[in-house]
Amino acid sequence: MAPVRELCEVLERRRVGAYHALTLVAPGIAGQARPGQFVHLLAGEDRSFPLRRPFSIHRAERPGWSPGGPGGSGGPPGWSPGGPGAALGTVEVVFDVVGAGTLALSRLRPHDVVDALGPLGRPFAPPETPTGCVLVGGGYGTAPLYFLATELRLRRCRVDFVIGAASAGRLLDAMEARRLGHSLTLTTDDGSAGRRGLVTDPLGDLLARTGAGQVYACGPMPMLAAVSRVAAAAGVPCQVAVEEQMACGTGICFSCVLPVRPGAPTRMARSCLEGPVFDGAAIAWAELGFPELEPTA
Amino acid sequence: MKVDLSVDLCGVRLRAPVLAASGCFGFGREMAGWVDLAALGGVVTKSVSLEPRRGRPTPRAAETPSGMLNAIGLQNPGVEAFCAGDLRFLADAGATVVASLVGRSPEEFGRLAARLAGEPAVALVEVNLSCPNVEHRGEVFATDPAAAAEVVRVVKRATATPVLAKLTADVTDLVAVARAVTDAGADGLTLINTLLGMAVDTTARRPRLAAVTGGLSGPAIRPVAVRCVWQVAQALPGVPIVGTGGIVSADDAAEFLLVGATAVAVGTGNFINPRAVVEVADGLERYLATAGVTSPAELPALFKAER
Repeated sequence: MAPVRELCEVLERRRVGAYHALTLVAPGIAGQARPGQFVHLLAGEDRSFPLRRPFSIHRAERPGWSPGGPGGSGGPPGWSPGGPGAALGTVEVVFDVVGAGTLALSRLRPHDVVDALGPLGRPFAPPETPTGCVLVGGGYGTAPLYFLATELRLRRCRVDFVIGAASAGRLLDAMEARRLGHSLTLTTDDGSAGRRGLVTDPLGDLLARTGAGQVYACGPMPMLAAVSRVAAAAGVPCQVAVEEQMACGTGICFSCVLPVRPGAPTRMARSCLEGPVFDGAAIAWAELGFPELEPTA
Repeated sequence: MKVDLSVDLCGVRLRAPVLAASGCFGFGREMAGWVDLAALGGVVTKSVSLEPRRGRPTPRAAETPSGMLNAIGLQNPGVEAFCAGDLRFLADAGATVVASLVGRSPEEFGRLAARLAGEPAVALVEVNLSCPNVEHRGEVFATDPAAAAEVVRVVKRATATPVLAKLTADVTDLVAVARAVTDAGADGLTLINTLLGMAVDTTARRPRLAAVTGGLSGPAIRPVAVRCVWQVAQALPGVPIVGTGGIVSADDAAEFLLVGATAVAVGTGNFINPRAVVEVADGLERYLATAGVTSPAELPALFKAER
């Protein structure tokens, strides 16, 4: 399977708290999407801002897949059954309006067309055997974790969520986390929901209490650095999905790089090809201006 | 009338007059899933140096009106890893390979050219004399006719492969540089590299690129590139020119071919549309048919210079 370019009809665009959710009819992308992968979107006719915008996949509904329906067998684990759009093959992304490109996306209406590349990048690797997993999300970075949680549950993994944001309105879809997870811990910077503080505050205790064997995280880089540090201190492997500025999404522009090990002693890896999911312990955090991980025994 | 898109570039037959530009197509293998590499006019590789280069810190790119700035800093695995991996892949895929070389001195360029002279998969060499993302402005050899000519002379002594010299428009007299490098033996020219630019984040009050300045590319620079091709084609008739700068459509490519380019290269357009090189070539075929000609080489004769 290889990523494809699709001209996608907008099925729905709705507000989710402080964010926008965009659902696209994209059977070629939805049919192969895995949690942690992303789509690279281009909308509107205005080419004065010419580049695509990358978004991790929040949900993917396999084309023609519904319980008992045609094509209902042979689907990889992780596909959300049923629901509107299940027969069409859809992908959903969540975004915040931060500039001209996301502003254009926020103004899309049903039946508008979006040019999409995907699914791109390396997905989260699921545990080989049923394992307790802690999923840590920050802001709209939580988006791919629900897709991931669905796959992990089908693999009989225990899933515990820690979700944080600046304030209550910027927590993405906490109800969904409550439904998918065995537990949900919320944190906000201002204390307007859950406990006041950072996602890393409760993480150490949660890892110890659940005996988790795997951490997955997605969110801003300072959060990913901190989560990697806590996981390393607890001796738990940690996969992080990074969000680097990106132009092409296909590995040819070399702008989305970040320093990883091994190298000489580090090398610049393209997050669109080798990532966006990396082993948190392989990222040279100090070179990015964050404290280095504690060495594990 | 059947259109034949193929063109002769410095003695090399290209299937179509549309190449993938250096630095905008990786090392080619990244795109094997998006296009048939053998069907392209050619792949100009990301520039290769003697030793691996790590490149610049991030952010390395910033979108600007109708274009983008980049300061990648020539990240590449070095010529030996390139020959063992990427070049082998391109050869096996049947691609027409233009190897882009970058060095810090004429001597480095010469050693690179000598190393690649033994690689039959390399159809042409492009000497990158004009990347703006280097540590010293003195490494932008194409800002000085004598320095640019010296690099070309050394490269020509080291290889029998045809040599394209890639120049910058960031000079007062481009024709003087073009003449110097062709007098020194360059078989053709690639016009133009990115233009040195800068953008500022007014909220953070700092440059948008980690390297502060970077190369401007995309449709924003196309009129500059077309002007350069026109000027040089007028001054140096008969010198093959690969026109590049902001091409995203067949119509954009036709501008360059009309004013005298032998072929064009699509750069930033690949970042938006991974099939841009193929689609520009397909569109050119239709453009030629509409114009009533059978070869891209006939286009300059159709150009009416007087308004």
